[in-house]
Amino acid sequence: MNPSPEAAANRPRRRGLLRLRQEIPRPVFIAAGWAVPLVLLLLWWAVTASGLVQKLFLPSPGAILAEGWRQLSEGILLHDAAISTYRILLGWSAATLIAVPVGILMGTYRLAEGALEPFISTVRYMPVVALIPLTILWAGIGDAQKILILFIATFFSQALMVMDNVKGVDGALIRTGQTLGFTEGEILRRIVLPAAAPGIWDTLRITVGWTWTYLVVAELVAANEGLGRRIMDAQRYLATDTILWGTLFIGILGLVTDLAFKRMGQRLFRWKGGPK
Amino acid sequence: MSPTSPPRVAISGVKKVFTVNGAPFTAIEKIDLDIQPNEFVAVVGTSGCGKSTLLNMVGGLEEPSLGQITIDGRPVTGPGRDRGFVFQSYSLFEWMTVAGNIRFALEKSKLSPAEKTEAVAELIQAVGLRGFENAWPHQLSGGMKQRVAIARALVYRPSILLMDEPFGALDAQTRGLMQELLLKIWEDHKVTVIFITHDVDEAIFLADRVVVLASRPGLVKSVHAVDLPRPRSPDLLTDPAFMAIKRKVLADIREESLKVMAQDLSSPKLAKD
Ligand SMILES: Nc1ncnc2c1ncn2[C@@H]1O[C@H](COP(=O)(O)OP(=O)(O)OP(=O)(O)O)[C@@H](O)[C@H]1O
Ligand SMILES: [Mg+2]
Repeated sequence: MNPSPEAAANRPRRRGLLRLRQEIPRPVFIAAGWAVPLVLLLLWWAVTASGLVQKLFLPSPGAILAEGWRQLSEGILLHDAAISTYRILLGWSAATLIAVPVGILMGTYRLAEGALEPFISTVRYMPVVALIPLTILWAGIGDAQKILILFIATFFSQALMVMDNVKGVDGALIRTGQTLGFTEGEILRRIVLPAAAPGIWDTLRITVGWTWTYLVVAELVAANEGLGRRIMDAQRYLATDTILWGTLFIGILGLVTDLAFKRMGQRLFRWKGGPK
Repeated sequence: MSPTSPPRVAISGVKKVFTVNGAPFTAIEKIDLDIQPNEFVAVVGTSGCGKSTLLNMVGGLEEPSLGQITIDGRPVTGPGRDRGFVFQSYSLFEWMTVAGNIRFALEKSKLSPAEKTEAVAELIQAVGLRGFENAWPHQLSGGMKQRVAIARALVYRPSILLMDEPFGALDAQTRGLMQELLLKIWEDHKVTVIFITHDVDEAIFLADRVVVLASRPGLVKSVHAVDLPRPRSPDLLTDPAFMAIKRKVLADIREESLKVMAQDLSSPKLAKD
C-alpha cells in the first residue's frame, strides 16, 4: 500500500550530514578536513609497512620525512627554497605588474578588450614547456630564463581574470558616479578600482598558486639549485623519496602563500565583513 | 505655477532607438511630458515599456534619438548636479562607511569641510540613520541601504530627484515606511520627484500625477491626477477616492499588458526582446 500523500508531506524533517546545502556543525566540518589526509596517510603507511609495494615505487611516510630532515640538516632545503621563492616572486611580480593594468584596461575599454582579448585568450593555451627552447634563446640559461617561464605561465590567465574582475563591477555604481558629477578617470580610479579590488586580490592569490605549480617546469633546464631542480635530479637516480618530499614541500609552500594572501585580504578589505 | 515660467522638466517629442543585434529597436516612440517644480510624478507601465530609458535620458545618462529634454528651460546634455539619482540596486560604495558614501557625493561641491560635515549629518538625520554613520554598507538592511542612497542623492541639494523602482527590492512593511519617509523628505526638501514603480498603490500614494506608459514602443498612454489631500497616511489606501483612481490606472495597465501578450503570442521571436 502506498503511503497517503498527507503522510508524505508531513514526513518529519530529516536531520543529517548529507542535506543539500545544509549547514553542519563546525567541529564536524573541520574534522572532515583532517580525516581525509589522515586516512590517506594511514593507508599509505599500511601499504608500505606491509611490504605490498616496493620501496622504489612508494617510499614510506617515514622515509620521506627522513629525506626532508636530511635536506634540512645539510642546509640544502632552505637554500633551495630561498632560490625557488626568489624566482617565483620575481616571475609572479613581473606578471602581476603588467597583467593588472592590462586587465584593468581590457575590463574598462572595449577597444582594449577587442584588441587584446583574442590574442591573450589564444596564447594562454600554449604549452609552456614547449617554449623552453625559445626562452633559452631569448634569456639565456641563467635565472632570467626561469623567471621568464614563470612569467609566461602566469601572465596571460592573470590578465584575463583581472579583466573579468573589472567587468564584474556593478554598472549602477558607474552610473551613480556619473550622476554625482565625476569624470571618467575619477570613476575608474575611485569607483571601479576599489569595487574590483577584492576580486583582483583573489586573482592574485589564485595565480600565485599557479606560478608555484610551474616551478618544476621553470627549473627544468640548466639549473643547479632550487626545489624543482632537486626533484628533476632525483629522477635520474630514481630517488622517489626525494621526489615525493620535494613535491610535498612545494605544495606546502603554495598553501602557506595562499593562506598569507587570504589573511592579508581580510585585513585589506575589512569593509566586506569577515567570512560568514 | 505661473504659466510664464518654464516647467522644471520638459520632455518634448522624445524618441529612443537602440541598436539590438545590428537592427534598430524603438524603445520609446514619442513622449511629451511637462513636470512642474516640486511636483511628484510617478511613472508606471508594463515591464520593458521604456520607463528606465526615459528616466536615464532625464538624468543625462542616455541621449534621446530625437526630441529634447530641458530642465528649467536648459537642454540636458549629460548628468548634472541639479539631478539626484536612486537606483533599485542600492549601488552603495561598499568600501565607504554610511557617512563616507554621503560625503562622497559632496566632493564636487564648493562647501567648506565643516559645511560638508554639517550637510552629511543633516541628511543622516533626515533618513533616520543616526548612530549608523560609521557602519559599513554590508552591515545594513535593504531599507537602510536605500536610505543611504536617498541621502547621497539629496545631500548636494539637487532640484530634481530621479528614482528608478527604488523600493522594488524591499519587503512590504519596509516599503510602506520608506514611502512615508520619502514623502516627508519631499515636503521638507522641496524637490521635484520622478518616481518609477511597478506598484500602482505606491504610485498613487506618493504622487501628484501618475503617468501610465504604453509599451512597444513607449508612449504616454494616460495621465491621472491624484487630487488627494496631503500629508497622506497609509489609511488613504482604502479611501474610495484612492480606489477610484487605482481602478482607472489598473485598467489602463491591464489593457497594455494584454496588448503586449497578444504581440508576444503572434510573434514568439520578439518575446525575447
Ligand atoms: N542599452 C540598451 N540597448 C538595447 N536595448 C535596450 C537598452 N536599454 C533598454 N533596452 C530595451 O528597451 C526597452 C525598454 O527598456 P527599459 O529598461 O527602459 O524598460 P523598463 O520599462 O524600465 O522595464 P522594467 O520595468 O523591466 O525595468 C526594453 O525592451 C529593453 O530591452
Ligand atoms: Mg526599468
